[in-house]
Amino acid sequence: MLFGKFSFVLLFALVIGDGVRAQSRTFDELGRTPTAEEIQDWDIAIGPAGEELPPGSGTAKVGATIYGQKCVACHGQNLEGSPNGKPLVGGQGTLGTLNPKKTIGAYWPFATQIWDFINRAMPPNMYNVPVPPEQRHTADEVYALTAFILYRNDIIKEGDIIDANTLPKIKMPNRNGFVPVELEDALDYRGRGCRAGMCP
Amino acid sequence: MKSKSDRRRFLKGSAAVVGGMAVGGVKPVSSQSNDSSSDDTWSLGYEPQTPTDPREYGQRSRYVTAKRTYNPRGRRATDDVHSPLAEIEGIITPASLHFNVNHGSAIPDIDPATHRLMIHGMVDRPLIFTMEELKQFPSVTRTHFVECAYNAAPPERRSVNATVQRTHGQTSCSEWTGVLLSDLLKETGVKEGATWIVGEGAEEKKRTKSIPLAKAMADAIVAYGQNGEPVRPEQGFPLRLVVPGYEGPANVKWLRRIKLGDQPWMAHADNPGHTTLRPDGKGRWFEFEMGVNSVITSPSGGQHFPKHGFYGLTGLAWSGGGAINRVEVSTDGGNSWKDAQLLEPIHRFAHTRFYFPWQWNGEEVVLQSRATDERGDVQPALVELNKIFGVDTDYWLAIKDSRGHFNPIQPWKVTADGRVYNAIWEV
Repeated sequence: MLFGKFSFVLLFALVIGDGVRAQSRTFDELGRTPTAEEIQDWDIAIGPAGEELPPGSGTAKVGATIYGQKCVACHGQNLEGSPNGKPLVGGQGTLGTLNPKKTIGAYWPFATQIWDFINRAMPPNMYNVPVPPEQRHTADEVYALTAFILYRNDIIKEGDIIDANTLPKIKMPNRNGFVPVELEDALDYRGRGCRAGMCP
Repeated sequence: MKSKSDRRRFLKGSAAVVGGMAVGGVKPVSSQSNDSSSDDTWSLGYEPQTPTDPREYGQRSRYVTAKRTYNPRGRRATDDVHSPLAEIEGIITPASLHFNVNHGSAIPDIDPATHRLMIHGMVDRPLIFTMEELKQFPSVTRTHFVECAYNAAPPERRSVNATVQRTHGQTSCSEWTGVLLSDLLKETGVKEGATWIVGEGAEEKKRTKSIPLAKAMADAIVAYGQNGEPVRPEQGFPLRLVVPGYEGPANVKWLRRIKLGDQPWMAHADNPGHTTLRPDGKGRWFEFEMGVNSVITSPSGGQHFPKHGFYGLTGLAWSGGGAINRVEVSTDGGNSWKDAQLLEPIHRFAHTRFYFPWQWNGEEVVLQSRATDERGDVQPALVELNKIFGVDTDYWLAIKDSRGHFNPIQPWKVTADGRVYNAIWEV
C-alpha cells in the first residue's frame, strides 16, 4: 500500500518533471536574469506571511508623531477620517448592518495589509500630481505608522515593537470574518459553490 | 494652491529620482496642456498627443457624437468614465470610448524603451524582459471584455432615468494582442507547489492582484496591443495583463512584475478593497469571475421612440464563464421568453451581440434580456437574486456598501409616449 502510493508519486513527479518543470527554454535569447538588487527593489507585495517585509521597526509612539505631521490633515485628529481620507478607527459591529464600515480594525483580516497599503499608496497624490519623493515614508516610518494604527484600534499595546517578525503574527479581529473559512479553499471557485458570478 | 512653476519644479525632481531606479523607467509627469485652462486642479498624468493632420491620423465624422460620461461623483482625471454602450457598433469598443477606472493613481507616462516585465518567485529561472523582447515571442490576438467588478451595481441602477451608459457602461470589449503568459512561464519554468501569481503595475500606487496560477496558465495574455494599436495609456501602456472573464482589477495595467507563490498576497485589490459582504456581515474571498450578464442597449434608458412600429431590438451579452450560448428576450415583463438571435462573431469571454425583431404596438411594455453561458449558468432575475441572498429588493437600495458582481436582469420600461425608463426596482 505504502509502496503503491510512493510509486504513484514517483510517476507523477516524472511526468510533471518531463512535461513542465525541467523543460528547457524555447526562446533562450530573450530576457535576462534580474540581479538580486533588482528583485529586492521591486518585491514589494507583502503577503500574510510577511516574507517580503524589509528590515526596520517602529512603535505606536513614534508613529503618533509621524501621523501628526503627514497623515492628520486627511485622516483627522482622532483618526476619524475626512472627505479626503478614510477613517482608521471604529466600525466594530457594523458589518452585518445596512451601513457597514470596512475599516482596518473591523474588517481587514491581515496586519501585513496595513504595511503594504501605507507603503505603496500613502500619502496619495492630490489631483493626479505625483507625490514628491521626500514625502514618501521610509520602512521605519511605515512600521511606526502601522503600529500606531494597530494601537489606536486596541490590537497592540503602545510600546509593542512592530517589525518583520512581529507584524505577521498579529491576529486581526476580523481574521475569521470571511468565507470560505480557509483561504486555500478560495482557489476552488466552482467547488465552493460560485455560480453565475455569485459566491455563497 | 501651488503655483504652476512650483509644481513643474518638483515634478522634475521626482522624475529624476524615478529615472535613477535600478530597472524600469516610469515618469509620472503632469500634462502641461492643461495649464492654459482655467482649471488647474488636475492633469491627465500622461502627455497627450497634440492634434495631428487628419490625413495622417484619421478622425470620426462630425455627426458622430458618442462620448464617455463621468460617473456623477466628480470630474477629475482620476474619476471613473463610463462607455456609451448604446452607441457601440458590433462588439468592439473603440479605445477612445473604453471605460476607465484608475483608483486614484495618475496615469503614468511610461517610455516603452525603458519599461521592463520581471517574472520571479517560485520559478526555476527569474527573467526580466524588455518590450522589444516580448514582441519577439509568437503573439495571440483575442477578443475579450474587461468589466469593472462594480459594473451595474445597485447605485448605478438607482435612478429610473438611468441610461445604459450609466447602468452597464463599465464593461468594454477589445481585440487584445500580446504573448500568452503560459509561454513566458515556460521560459521561467514553474516550481512545484506554486498555485498563485501576483501581478503588479508600474503606476504610482502599483496596484496588485492575486490570480490563481491555473487561470494564468490557461488563457491570460500579457498584452501590448489593443484593437490594432498599442494599448492606450489609460488602459496600461505599454503592457497590461488580460485575464479573460475575471473582474477588472485582475487585468493589471502598466504591468511590470509577476511573482509566483503558494498563497495569495491579499493585496488591497484582493481584500479588503474588493471583497463583497454577505447580508450577515461575512466577506467573500476572491470572487474572480464576472457573472453571466446581458443588457438591451436599444431600446434602453433615456431613449425616445416617437412612433410605434417595427424595431430591431439589440443588446450585448457576456460572461466570465466563457461563451454566450443563448439570450432570451421578454417583451411582457418576464412572463414569457423567446430566443434572440446571436450575431457572429461569438468569442469566449467577449461581448456578444444579440438581435430580436420587435413590433411595438404603442402600449406600455417592459423589455428585458436573459443570457445563458457555455456552462449553463443563467443570468438571474432580481427576485431570484433576492432569494439567494435572503433579502428584499429594498435591501439593495438601502445598503450603504456597494455590491460588486451584481448581474441581475435589467428591465427597461417603454411608456405609451415612447420614453424608456429603468424598471429594475419595480418588482
